[in-house]
Amino acid sequence: MDTELILRVSPFFIEAAWMTIKLSILTAILGLTCGALGAAARLSRLAVLRWIAAIYVSVFRGTPALIQIFILYFGGPQIGIQLDSFSAGTIALGVNIGAYMTETIRGAILSVDKGQTEAARTLGMSRWETMRKVVLPQAARMMIRPLGVNISAMIKGTALIAPISVVELTYTAQRFIGSTYKPFEMFLLSGILYMIIIYVVGQGISLLDRRARIT
Amino acid sequence: MTDQAFVTIKNAAKSFGKLQVLRDINLSVERGQIVAIIGPSGSGKSTLLRAINELDPLTSGEVWLEYVQINKTLPHRQHEAHVNQVRQNIGMVFQHFNLFPHLTVRGNITLAPRMLKGLSEADANKLAEEQLAKVGLTEKIDEHPSRLSGGQKQRVAIARALAMKPKVMLFDEATSALDHELVEEVNLVMKQLAEEHMTMIIVTHEMDFAASVCDRVLFMDQGVVVEEGPPAVIFQNPKEERTRNFLRKHLSR
Repeated sequence: MDTELILRVSPFFIEAAWMTIKLSILTAILGLTCGALGAAARLSRLAVLRWIAAIYVSVFRGTPALIQIFILYFGGPQIGIQLDSFSAGTIALGVNIGAYMTETIRGAILSVDKGQTEAARTLGMSRWETMRKVVLPQAARMMIRPLGVNISAMIKGTALIAPISVVELTYTAQRFIGSTYKPFEMFLLSGILYMIIIYVVGQGISLLDRRARIT
Repeated sequence: MTDQAFVTIKNAAKSFGKLQVLRDINLSVERGQIVAIIGPSGSGKSTLLRAINELDPLTSGEVWLEYVQINKTLPHRQHEAHVNQVRQNIGMVFQHFNLFPHLTVRGNITLAPRMLKGLSEADANKLAEEQLAKVGLTEKIDEHPSRLSGGQKQRVAIARALAMKPKVMLFDEATSALDHELVEEVNLVMKQLAEEHMTMIIVTHEMDFAASVCDRVLFMDQGVVVEEGPPAVIFQNPKEERTRNFLRKHLSR
């Protein structure tokens, strides 16, 4: 193994890791937003909204994220959507993970005992008041861990943005392989950096989860 | 003023699909009256109770609280607003307590009064203390429900319902989920409410309690009221064969 080479390229990899982190943060924010809206629509009283959300979930979970990224980035201009690769990647992946998060959030909400809603409604609280003060605070605790799973899957999914030339970890590894012919070192280095990012995020999620349990 | 009963149920019927769970039920409960509903499981007694506050709306028939029809036919939004309003007057206690686990005892009791009646924090706290004193649990005010015994949970649930100052209290098998030795503390609270002339409708399996506290007993079976009367008559001298069969099983334990 060429350790000297690894040391030489690592500044570039650190920069690429920072790009992966930026992608992940933006994608997570977009994904959580889509997930929250999607779950609200899935649980709506209006059939139209339920339908739209169901279609959203099955389309985005039923097709490869890579295809979704390609359609937006390469196919977008044909229908008048012109995005740089960073935005296209973030949006496609965010909307994709949002579909998974829709189901996670919906599942957590549905897992709150029906008696909770009944008790709150019986006191005279409206549907929305009940959701906000009784159901969501309990569902939120239950969705931390599964959302964490979604997020770490999503971080790994940012590698799918490499083919459209966003200079993140996977792209950087490939670029250096082109000039150094050392795929083992390059992929190993990027793999280790992915692992560190995911480990830190995982620890954060666990901390949040434990805190939520105590109070 | 006409002689309007406090809670009135007229020609109540309900079906889930093809299954008819309530058939032509009529009931009037006077102010301060305590009515027990007994009957085998599946007789429709809980469904009837839950129809009173629209948790399980009737298929047909009317439910009135004083001069207000609870189950009015209204467009969705207005219906929601109407039901939310009416429910503030009807307290309900569930078999499984349904306390809010993420809130303290204080939070459980003050949530609805603060939200719906706009009580200040200080007033809400005072209210919580008063209601807890009533059920004898003042010292538990800052505990979470998970730290309470079943009997204590149910007493907090009663305090929570009372904090809305309801006109009627509905009890849906309030002691059925409790260990035997915890039943009495909940019964005591209910007896105390009876002494304060709270109007109560109680679905119960406890015949002794029904006999000692209630003014009237309804025996339901297969979605109809088979027989009703004062406890002395229902328990000692029932007219109907079905009532006798049921009581034989439940009294001779």
